[in-house]
Amino acid sequence: MRNKRLGRSRWSVMLTGLLLCVSSAVSAADTIKVGVLHSLSGTMAISETTLKDTVLMLVDQQNKKGGVLGKKLEAVVVDPASNWPLFAEKARELLEKEKVDVVFGCWTSVSRKSVLPVFEELNGLLFYPVQYEGEESSKNVFYTGAAPNQQAVPAVDYLMNEIGVTRWVLAGTDYVYPRTTNKILEAYLKSKGVAQSDIMINYTPFGHSDWQSIVSDIKKFGSQGKKTAVVSTINGDANVPFYKELGNQGVSAEDIPVVAFSVGEEELSGIDTAPLVGHLAAWNYFMSVDTPENAKFIKQWHQFIGDKKRVTNDPMEAHVIGFNMWVKAVQKAGTTDVDAVEQAMIGMTSPNMTGGTAVMNKNHHLSKPVLIGEIQDDGQFEVVWETDGTVPGDAWSDYLPGSKDIIADWTAPIKCGNYNTKSKKCSGQNY
Amino acid sequence: MSISVRLCKAHSWFFLLWLLAVPVAAEVETLPLEHEFVSTVSQLSARSFKAKTAAIEKLVTLTDVRVLTVLEHLLAGTLYYRKQDKAIVYVEKVADGLRLYSVMDDSELGVVSSREVKKVSLNNSLRSKLRSEIARLKLQHKNPKVRLQAAKTLQGKIDSEQAALPLREALSKERDKAVSQALKETLAIFDLDSGITPIQFDAVKVLKNSLSQEARVKLNRLAHEAEDKELSRAAQAAVEKIDSRFKFYSFVETLFFGLSLGSVLLLIAVGLAITFGVMGVINMAHGELMMLGAYTTYVVQLMMPNAIEYSLFLAIPLAFIVSGAVGIAIERGVIRFLYGRPLETLLATFGISLFLQQLVRSIFSSLNRPVTTPQWMSGFLQINDALSLTYNRLYILIFSLMVFMALLLVLKKTSLGLQVRAVSQNREMAKAMGIRTEWVDALTFGLGSGIAGVAGVALSQLTNVGPNLGQSYIIDSFMVVVFGGVGNLWGTLVGAMSLGVLNKFIEPFSGAVLAKIVVLVFIILFIQRRPRGLFPQQGRAAEN
Repeated sequence: MRNKRLGRSRWSVMLTGLLLCVSSAVSAADTIKVGVLHSLSGTMAISETTLKDTVLMLVDQQNKKGGVLGKKLEAVVVDPASNWPLFAEKARELLEKEKVDVVFGCWTSVSRKSVLPVFEELNGLLFYPVQYEGEESSKNVFYTGAAPNQQAVPAVDYLMNEIGVTRWVLAGTDYVYPRTTNKILEAYLKSKGVAQSDIMINYTPFGHSDWQSIVSDIKKFGSQGKKTAVVSTINGDANVPFYKELGNQGVSAEDIPVVAFSVGEEELSGIDTAPLVGHLAAWNYFMSVDTPENAKFIKQWHQFIGDKKRVTNDPMEAHVIGFNMWVKAVQKAGTTDVDAVEQAMIGMTSPNMTGGTAVMNKNHHLSKPVLIGEIQDDGQFEVVWETDGTVPGDAWSDYLPGSKDIIADWTAPIKCGNYNTKSKKCSGQNY
Repeated sequence: MSISVRLCKAHSWFFLLWLLAVPVAAEVETLPLEHEFVSTVSQLSARSFKAKTAAIEKLVTLTDVRVLTVLEHLLAGTLYYRKQDKAIVYVEKVADGLRLYSVMDDSELGVVSSREVKKVSLNNSLRSKLRSEIARLKLQHKNPKVRLQAAKTLQGKIDSEQAALPLREALSKERDKAVSQALKETLAIFDLDSGITPIQFDAVKVLKNSLSQEARVKLNRLAHEAEDKELSRAAQAAVEKIDSRFKFYSFVETLFFGLSLGSVLLLIAVGLAITFGVMGVINMAHGELMMLGAYTTYVVQLMMPNAIEYSLFLAIPLAFIVSGAVGIAIERGVIRFLYGRPLETLLATFGISLFLQQLVRSIFSSLNRPVTTPQWMSGFLQINDALSLTYNRLYILIFSLMVFMALLLVLKKTSLGLQVRAVSQNREMAKAMGIRTEWVDALTFGLGSGIAGVAGVALSQLTNVGPNLGQSYIIDSFMVVVFGGVGNLWGTLVGAMSLGVLNKFIEPFSGAVLAKIVVLVFIILFIQRRPRGLFPQQGRAAEN
């Protein structure tokens, strides 16, 4: 009995020793650590798992090219489990314990808001790849997704000028991103002379499934003799029953087109797209765009993930651009020090996969082209319109009264994310 | 540079197609016409939408019977072109690829893989153009129903006298009453803008009894803008008449929405009414039993991809068996040790619900699974221009009532039902009479669970099939049972329907988020006044 216990403890000592060896060997190799902060479980896992895989693929590719500054990259993956406070804890773990040099992560705005104080306090570096509502610019964050003026506003412009829409339904899920976006859009539409009576705003809870009355209301609203469109910030899987109900009630894309900001290839891959054909989405990237860069990226992705049916989408491209820029910035700065990299990032360029070049601006937002696509019955988008050239991301909307005069500029002498151009003062609030 | 290259390419296709077309054309003799058809159709393989629009505009001017077929295939997305020679073909999906048919004479051209052909793509403006062009061509169709549909499609789409001409012609020839009425309305909507007072008067007269939104909009404009006072007054009267009828139909529509929401509530609650209401078991895993039913539908559709239309009929009994069996296993394995201890039952079944969710995640992944809606459940039943009922909701309403009646029959007319009622009213006495109460418990729980599975089949047609499906309905189902009165099936029916209707009548005023809250507050207040629900159990049974 005694012997047995001794035996076991000896084993455990040996094992611990072995582990210590391994871990010291890893740290001795001196790597650059790349943190990945994406939910791998819970409601957001559907969207975020793909982004984790994208970062792993990019790290893998960079290592095959010899790493950065002569060092290998090492990905540190944590799972914040779609739990917003846990995002902050995991961010702290990445920065304090793992001492990562950069973090790629977050999807929902609420998760980003949750980690922001941590990144500011510990002076970390976050790349955020998803379209969002704007009204923010932190020294420690680079926003590689679209700001409202790179997605929502051009989409509305397209509908107004190309389709001749004069009546608007702003439908969204009831939380911060749709509410802020709709506030901006409402102000924008009014500035273009749209009357209040021609705007209908509707919010529904997450996962809403009974769309009968809302679709019927939209139908009635749209049959008043003016061309009507729905601008949808409906998020997540509530979109499926929404589009189904549209199809069932005979609302076709020709009568009342729906332009969505949260529906991409990944979201469409799980549903029967036949009733959705012709509805629109606005993004900075579509998988269907026919360029050599995109074809190469899709091929690499399929090879890495080992499944030819997997799709690519806009936030993935955002991560690719962000990652490439970060690598170049580190090489330019010659160090992974956050302040040096942050300054080196500004003005950095990287080719878009849809053609042209993305530029990182002084406000930590990218200049990117905006594309509008129509849903096809194979779950892909056919591009029907795109901006001439790129659109610089605007952190603070020009259409909201509170943020009209505010800009973000992280270069000297302003060095502020919330700078009032009238009073010439930095608000002190960094994000 | 690139333009000229493209032009060159286009020329070479024409040449190729011309070569192909020659033998066919020679047989038919009308060489120029045939050639025109062939060359115009071939232009549909162009990449730019402008070229396609031009091709469609040209096609409809040709008096060729094949044009309609081409356009219909184009709209349905079954018009493709072969990549090697750009020949336009119809396709039909078969098991090992796509079967091609010639546009010229419908002859079969063999089966190819989907890589060898490319679909002629469309955008919204083209689709809408196609729809009205097809409708115009269909005005001459033999079937009056098709003509009626065509006339209605063209409503508000006519913008010039030239476009109206074929309709006037069709009207003069039309014998069918309904079709000629629709044609008259379509023309009247156009005539309202004519600016000639007597014509406008006639149009107003025609449209007085219409239910079309297009008509209402134009009449309203006329009422405000017409210089002739009489005309303005007539238009105003017509608008008011239309409005009052709209009001009535929109009331009917809301009622239908309410009943349909109620029918979903009934379906999800009626199983619970058995396990919770009759047996007194608080089963938190009830939602997951529905989820299993929904996944059963998914698996059935996976097994029979070629018979989606009938899949639901197989899924209903299968879901009943799967969920029922799982229910019996839960009862035998866990719940029977916990009778009379509601708190422990609640915790144990909550654990089971988490277990089942994770099980589904492990097997099917955490992504939602696509369940196809059969063709006969898509679309809507058009009662008139102002009222249409969607088929999926209509069928689910009927289905839930059928399930309810079947359950009632089982409980009232079968020996199992008798035993269930006996056990639930007085377990000891039933035992003394020789009823195997344990066996009855298991079967009752199985019955309630099986019905949850059947509800899952219906839900798979309305919402996303994912691991969280059950969670989003469990609260609603308890709410209905408690509101209706525990242990009373009729209470569940009335409770479900009234909550559904209440919710839908509040929604237009408050929005979807607030409507739910208002209903919840209403139930809390109601339960305060009548703790035993709408229809409390009477007599000795109530005291237990």
